[in-house]
Amino acid sequence: MLNKNIYLILIISLVFAISFWVGFNVNLLPAEASINAPIYDELFKILFIIGLIIFIGMTIAVIYSLFKFRKRNDQIGDGIALEGNLSLEIVWTIIPSIIVLLIGLYSYNIYDRMGGMKELNHNHEMMSSNTEKIWAGISQTSDNEIAINNLSIEVSAMQFAFLFNYPKGNFISGELHVPVDKTVSMKMESKDVIHAFWVPEFRIKQDIIPGQPTILNFTPTKVGKYPIICAELCGPYHGGMRASIIVEEESDYNEWYNKNKKPEVNL
Amino acid sequence: MTISIDPQKTNNESLQPKGWLRYFSFSLDHKVIGIQYLICGFLFYLIGGTLASAIRIELASPMSDFMPRDVYNQVLTLHGTIMIFLWIVPVVNGAFGNYLIPFYVGARDMAFPRLNAVAFWLIPPSGLMLVTSYFVEGAAQAGWTAYPPLSITTPQSGQIIWILSVLLLGGSSIFGGINFIATIIKLRRPGLKLMQLPMYCWAMLGTSLLVVLSTPVLAGTLILLSFDIIANTGFFNPVLGGNVVVYQHLFWFYSHPAVYIMVLPAFGLVSEILPVHARKPLFGYTTMVFSIMGIVVLGLVVWAHHMFTSGTPPWMRLFFTIATAFIAVPTGIKFFNWVATLWGGKISINSAMLFSCGFIINFVFGGITGVALAQVPFDIHVHDTYFVVAHFHYIVYGGTVFIIFSSIYHWFPKVTGKMLNEKLGILHFIITFIGFNLCFAPQHWLGLNGMPRRVAEYDPQFQFVNQISSLGALLMAISTIPFLINVFLSVRKGKNAGDNPWNALTPEWLTSSPPPVENWEGEAPLVEEPYGYGKEISVQK
Repeated sequence: MLNKNIYLILIISLVFAISFWVGFNVNLLPAEASINAPIYDELFKILFIIGLIIFIGMTIAVIYSLFKFRKRNDQIGDGIALEGNLSLEIVWTIIPSIIVLLIGLYSYNIYDRMGGMKELNHNHEMMSSNTEKIWAGISQTSDNEIAINNLSIEVSAMQFAFLFNYPKGNFISGELHVPVDKTVSMKMESKDVIHAFWVPEFRIKQDIIPGQPTILNFTPTKVGKYPIICAELCGPYHGGMRASIIVEEESDYNEWYNKNKKPEVNL
Repeated sequence: MTISIDPQKTNNESLQPKGWLRYFSFSLDHKVIGIQYLICGFLFYLIGGTLASAIRIELASPMSDFMPRDVYNQVLTLHGTIMIFLWIVPVVNGAFGNYLIPFYVGARDMAFPRLNAVAFWLIPPSGLMLVTSYFVEGAAQAGWTAYPPLSITTPQSGQIIWILSVLLLGGSSIFGGINFIATIIKLRRPGLKLMQLPMYCWAMLGTSLLVVLSTPVLAGTLILLSFDIIANTGFFNPVLGGNVVVYQHLFWFYSHPAVYIMVLPAFGLVSEILPVHARKPLFGYTTMVFSIMGIVVLGLVVWAHHMFTSGTPPWMRLFFTIATAFIAVPTGIKFFNWVATLWGGKISINSAMLFSCGFIINFVFGGITGVALAQVPFDIHVHDTYFVVAHFHYIVYGGTVFIIFSSIYHWFPKVTGKMLNEKLGILHFIITFIGFNLCFAPQHWLGLNGMPRRVAEYDPQFQFVNQISSLGALLMAISTIPFLINVFLSVRKGKNAGDNPWNALTPEWLTSSPPPVENWEGEAPLVEEPYGYGKEISVQK
């Protein structure tokens, strides 16, 4: 009996060790390029390890049963008439409940750090009225900070392109240019069908919906060019609906911005 | 409650055709209807599988070069719709439900035999309508979710035929659901208590409650959508002030429970198969019943987890995260119970057992990614990507379809009186299991790294992994060949099975194989312990 328990403990610690090793050493995610990305990857790592432990454990249990309790040729009759075990069933109800609850609380914490629980009132007086209802999105920082940075961008999506309107500079671009380490706030609306704004390296996605503006805020942390991908089926060319986001040093960004800026018309 | 014992429909028996022709008739025999469901469903599975192969061929290269882009969208729409509404839902509910439930409750037929036949005969015409809509003006191309405004702006005839077809299939599903509830509650043999029913009855009771509660919502939604398309109303059309997010709520109010309509019957079937081949009682009968009902209740309040990146405010995202994650608890209980059922048994390693164990492994994997997807912050990155595609194929193919095959190996001797060939069966399992995992496991990585779903073209860096996935799909296509050969050979010259080749204790095995028209020559047996393996009762059988 003691011997059996030792094997069991050995196997369980081996499953844990493998899961932790894989969880920490196998990277399944793309580069991290926004302040959301490391937060997301932290959650991913935890879920990956818990998932691996459960999956490897269950798989071993099934395969072991198939080998250990397989019917040998000389055997007749049935297995033991075991119909249940209340304490065991209570244990495997309560432990998963606790795990699920902890994961839920933890992911709430992650979501809050990503800015998902922020109020979605938005400072876009330039183009829309204050009373406009914002339906959904992720809002990382306060409106004041965005207002200071002047980085409010209006995104409109249509079959099959994104357009980025820089209202303060009074121009529209097909490429999204943003300075690194500055919070960008986007108000997004679709002109026809539902689209979605997804930057895998930023770990953010938000549908762009006709008739209902949505908000997406993010802070890029790494200079580079990343794809903007439409993630909601929007028609035949859905797979080709792409744009680029170019994260650049502030000086480069200002140069690009000033080149495109149209002078304000004074009437 | 004596109605179940009397022979009910001797009046028109002479009018029913005999032999194989009865499968093409408006038969009222629940066993004939069950087989009609199964074969009809399998034919549509072959069509849906062909469409899946077309998708994987297109995705074997990064460019959109195999078919025109709009045809690709039609193919993926039809693939989803056919597999859900014409293969999985009719087969796990209609086919096995009709065949088994009357046996399990000790009745000679379903409660409403004519309604039952109507429910089946709605399926072939609506399926044909759906498939042939391609030749009218192109089939629907807005995905099986048919989100407006895309479904309003794409060519109308295909979308309208799609709506009509799904409405008919939903009607069929509701008729079936009412019939199952009535049969399980009212046609039980006298003396048979609810807590003595085989687990599949409980699964079908739960499933049918979900069908009856949620399918009408889908029907109403699609009728409103069709008004928007043909009558220029503005329920969901933003140009006319409609709200597209309301459609998504209504749609998923049905379509998330639809996942449970597809997997709960499979949970029931595997609970019948494992005890027989492991020669052990089903572990934890009572907790199994409660977890099924727990899944039914929770399944109705989790729909918005399909809309985490849509127009949903933060509090809503959070509520649906918690509700969804908690479904893992009753589901987990069932999986622990099944492994405990295997533990200490005398397991026959045959095709039915292998497919059931394959189901457990695949579904645990799909369940784990499901709990991850339930977390809003996790879902925000992978929503609408190949990660999701991989996840739900692990649930519906790795889960339910594996159980459909397991059930076919298990009940084939009952239906035909012949055994299926075990060697071909095991070959079928091995190719299916490898092909399936090769096809869908790599798709998790694709989704995490930036490949959205429902695209005909993708970045070249994803080509290699997509080709592995396509190779897996090829293996899955090949795996149906040994299965079909097996079925055709065994029907004609398979080994005689006898009445009860597995020495099973559930009621359907306590009659001849194939069973007589009214299920038992004499009175229906009272089976108080359908899982009494290892006890006195199983020795005398």
